[in-house]
Amino acid sequence: MSYNAFITRETIESDAEGPLADKTVAVKDNISTEGVRTTCGSAMLEEYVPPYDATVVERLLDAGATIPGKTNMDEFGMGTTTETSAFGPTDNPAAEGRVPGGSSGGSAAAVAAGEADLALGTDTGGSVRCPAAFTGTVGIKPTYGLVSRYGLIAYANSLEQIGPIAPSVEEAAELLEVIAGPDERDATTREAPWASEERAGDAREQREASGDSYADAADGDVEGLEIGIPTELLDGADEEVVETFWDAIDELEARGASYHEVSMESLEHAVEAYYVIAMSEASSNLARFDGVRYGPTPDYEGNWNEEFAAVREEGFGEEVKRRILLGTYALSAGYHDKYYKQAQDARAWVKQDFDSALEEADVLASPTMPVPPMERGESLDDPLTMYLADANTTPVNLANLPAISVPAGETSDGLPVGLQLIGPAFGETEIIRAGSALA
Amino acid sequence: MTAQAAESRDLAVVIGLEVHVQLETDTKIFCGCSTEPAEEPNTNTCPVCLGLPGALPVLNEGAVEAAVKVGKAIGASIPEETAFHRKNYYYPDLPKNFQITQYDAPICQDGVLEFGHEGERRSVGIRRAHLEEDPGSIKHVREGTESLEARTCSIDRADYTLIDYNRAGTPLMEIVTEPDFRDPAEVRAFLEKLEEVLEYLGVFDPTRDGSLRIDANLSVVDAEDVDADGEIDEDVLEEANRTEVKNISSHKGAEQALSFEASRQKKLLESGRAVAQETRHFNETHGNTVAMRSKEEEKDYRYFREADLPPLQVSDWKDEIEIPELPDARRERFQAEYGLSAEAASKLTSTKQVADFYEQLAREYDADLVATWVADNLLGELNYRDMDVTDIEDRLEEIATLVELVAEEEITAKNARETVLRGMLDDGDDPKTIVDREGLGKTSGDAVQEAVEEAIEENPDAVEDYHSGEDGAINFLVGQVMQKTGGSADPGEVNGLLREELEG
Ligand SMILES: [Zn+2]
Repeated sequence: MSYNAFITRETIESDAEGPLADKTVAVKDNISTEGVRTTCGSAMLEEYVPPYDATVVERLLDAGATIPGKTNMDEFGMGTTTETSAFGPTDNPAAEGRVPGGSSGGSAAAVAAGEADLALGTDTGGSVRCPAAFTGTVGIKPTYGLVSRYGLIAYANSLEQIGPIAPSVEEAAELLEVIAGPDERDATTREAPWASEERAGDAREQREASGDSYADAADGDVEGLEIGIPTELLDGADEEVVETFWDAIDELEARGASYHEVSMESLEHAVEAYYVIAMSEASSNLARFDGVRYGPTPDYEGNWNEEFAAVREEGFGEEVKRRILLGTYALSAGYHDKYYKQAQDARAWVKQDFDSALEEADVLASPTMPVPPMERGESLDDPLTMYLADANTTPVNLANLPAISVPAGETSDGLPVGLQLIGPAFGETEIIRAGSALA
Repeated sequence: MTAQAAESRDLAVVIGLEVHVQLETDTKIFCGCSTEPAEEPNTNTCPVCLGLPGALPVLNEGAVEAAVKVGKAIGASIPEETAFHRKNYYYPDLPKNFQITQYDAPICQDGVLEFGHEGERRSVGIRRAHLEEDPGSIKHVREGTESLEARTCSIDRADYTLIDYNRAGTPLMEIVTEPDFRDPAEVRAFLEKLEEVLEYLGVFDPTRDGSLRIDANLSVVDAEDVDADGEIDEDVLEEANRTEVKNISSHKGAEQALSFEASRQKKLLESGRAVAQETRHFNETHGNTVAMRSKEEEKDYRYFREADLPPLQVSDWKDEIEIPELPDARRERFQAEYGLSAEAASKLTSTKQVADFYEQLAREYDADLVATWVADNLLGELNYRDMDVTDIEDRLEEIATLVELVAEEEITAKNARETVLRGMLDDGDDPKTIVDREGLGKTSGDAVQEAVEEAIEENPDAVEDYHSGEDGAINFLVGQVMQKTGGSADPGEVNGLLREELEG
């Protein structure tokens, strides 16, 4: 059956020899592909065909990957269920009738259903980890600056990263290996600090030469691993989810890891801060879609502003309009200090809290999502509940840290539950090593 | 100031400027596209300057360097770290519907620019100067069969609007002055000086279309609120309604627009009416300002940090950026080093190109002679023809050859100026061609001697007058010789030869 995982099925081939030569890698439809339309799940970009490839797409093709198509997503990444797409919702192959999570639900569903070997998603507040958790796959949100965003159509540019989704940790790590590394076209990319001075131009080779590739780190060796568990991320979570989470922690403990609980007060405010920042940035990032070059053909009488408004009214879905309005409000004179500035302060606090917690632990762990996959249609009318479902994932984006979601088990109804492991900045190898003990 | 208060009082004008200058860099501020003007619209573009979804800005260090040079030239403080913000507003020439600019961490703050005005030194504070990207350009067009130029019109009459993104992403520097001007003529003098400095720094090309754009704020206050140093209390300024005049693109235009605006506001106040706080548009053709048709709402640009550009550390880097000798310093040095008058030094440093040209020649030939040639002859003849040194910049080598011919006494100064230089400028010939064609090579030796002897023989009366001590006689004879030699002899030499002959 079709899960509606793809918006556009159009194969992009590569002749290159490389680590992904025999692999298909589905690409989320907010990542630019030259000559293949890139819609962001929005009617606004239904006809938009980029004239250039995103850096990650170039890297996939250089590594020999075949791209089988562009995957479905919440419109502009704004959603947790892949139901706000203008191209219809995606079903969950691991729990039919349930949402696959979002916003990279198409990418996760494609991997879970075997329609692609691997996939790229993007994670602004959990959009890789949530669908990975809901579909029983593995998803990595890299450290901000590890993977180039050049060609990624921005939702909230200070928060988002492109990340891999795969059936196993090792395969996710292999895909990360291909896409990671500085890009002169994205000024926020950075060399991982452990790359040596003289080899600063090529961190990947450096790691490979030292035998310390991301994939090599997937050795399941958690002997001596110290896990911190922020209690705030268990509060209010679904009981069965919490049980499954502890089962996974027990398993890690049985394999030589130890854990302690830690309180991180700032996390109480993280989800609000996240939404203020994400919506503010979105209101600016999406401003260019005004009908002049994108969107429904304007056929309105009136001045520019009226025409822009008409095009945006027609081209954007409800959730996108809600976030643009709220973001515009949060940045407005008179409210800027109360919302945007305060959210930035909260962000700094969250970073600080993570730094302290990671001084006492190698990785931090939590349920990826506080709930199992929702029934389709259940959360659409209740945006606030949907926003709160991101409580465990959004703090990681605020802190620019890497995190992985690996399958932790299932609820009694057989619904997938994900375990999230959070590492220090550029500590991808640590979360990969820890996660590989479970998947 | 309230309307009533203005009646029968002396009024003073207060002006502050926002000057946008295009910085000369090879590539745009956030991408690798050329900044050269292109023939075809939308050809010097790429995903970044078109604002295509997913494209990201990368800062051009050349633009930062140019800005630091400006900062150093105006003695501004340059922070350890500079950062970029987004200024959000919708306009069709703005590819992303936000402009990347600087907000709370501009590259330059608290500078000052000194200039001469009506024989006095004036100095105007520069509050800040920051980097930003230029938008594209738009053209409103009517339907029709005539050429596009002929159909370009005002927005009210247009059927559609064309957008050209070639200019989008050109580095701009916005220079914001303190409200230190008290007179529109001062504004003009300031702008001339600013342009001179920017040209000296090599960061500005005044010949480029749209390279200089000025917005000016003007308000009128009671003259008694201006203290002896020309300072005005902040509260008074805050109180006074001001207008923002837009669409000024030249020094002359600035003076004209602000003179109009000053007298308009004064008249309103003198007749007991209030000045509306509004934005006005300068109409260069009519020399007046008109209120923008729709009253603009208070704009809220919703500034916030541009996360795609990490803050830039300029603290170490700025020390390595050097600036050339500036016009004032060079003027003083020219007087000291070459013994020039203040006036000549001023003319010779009017642009860096002229000054460099003078200095190159003064090192080889007599500095005084070269000064006369460059400051008086060359600039004078150019001025007479409404030309500029930039119009003949590819012919400076030829001018140098001409100066050499004079300095080496190959031709007379008179012929050099009247025949050769003018011929060069009017007909485009090179100096040696003109000298050969006109037979201007200085006549010497036998030919002059022969003419001297002839003149004495043919003019016995004048010879007699000379011997009886009449001063004019020798001049008459020199004239005769010059006539015989077609003006190509050296009058001084002729004079000597005549005396020798007459005394001998
Ligand atoms: Zn460009």
